[in-house]
Amino acid sequence: MQIGLTHILVLSATLFFIGVYGFLTRKNLISMLMSIELMLNSANLNFIAFNKYVWPNKLEGLFFTLFIIAIAAAEAAVAMAIIIQVYRQFKSVDVDEPTIMKE
Amino acid sequence: MSATQILFWFLSALAIVSALSVVISKNPVYSVLSLIITFFAVSGHYILLNAQFIGIVNLIVYAGAIMVLFLFVIMLMNLNQDNEPQKNKWLKMAGVVSGGCLMLVFVAAFKTSEVNGKIAQTIDGNIGLTETLGKALFNEYVVPFEISSILFLSAMVGAVVIGKKGD
Repeated sequence: MQIGLTHILVLSATLFFIGVYGFLTRKNLISMLMSIELMLNSANLNFIAFNKYVWPNKLEGLFFTLFIIAIAAAEAAVAMAIIIQVYRQFKSVDVDEPTIMKE
Repeated sequence: MSATQILFWFLSALAIVSALSVVISKNPVYSVLSLIITFFAVSGHYILLNAQFIGIVNLIVYAGAIMVLFLFVIMLMNLNQDNEPQKNKWLKMAGVVSGGCLMLVFVAAFKTSEVNGKIAQTIDGNIGLTETLGKALFNEYVVPFEISSILFLSAMVGAVVIGKKGD
């Protein structure tokens, strides 16, 4: 059995929904950020697979992946700064703790 | 089965098992370590898909830099124990059911789509090598490249300003 595009799409959909499950069920801010990284990686896998299977002589998919990796790095740095600040204020990284904007 | 297929199935199983372990394990340190294994498996997929440069960049940037940052922050906050509060069991069950239904819809859509059964077509094997990518990056993609450098500068300044002690 040849490995077709569908196999890779199913794999990346599985990874994406594992990420969605983690994002919905965890309470820890850092674990939620890790689930987001999983989802970004499954999107990257899709870009690379479509680039190879559908337009093998183009480079667009590879560049999308490259820029997604760059943006994920910037996003992780800023999110970590925010998480450290939340930890200083509330002494925990639980998503339910910061409620001061509700009052 | 050829070697490529064995590698594909092995890497897929590794990626899915370690991704499940990321969302299931209670200790955040174990989550980070399983996430690193997932990134290794995904990098293997990139290399199988003829994107060698992206595979190595994925390893260096994700597994090397971002995950070390995560580990540092977890150690800094003393989160490396199993006392994370869990959401209630019914909510988790609802998450599994709704996520699983949406995934079934996705898989069914793939089954009947046009791309079904497309076989890998490689014009030449070196499309993902550094030379090709570098030439295209500094000719056609030079404006997005420069804009992403501005993004990095602002992210760096933002991280320092937000993370600074005091007000």
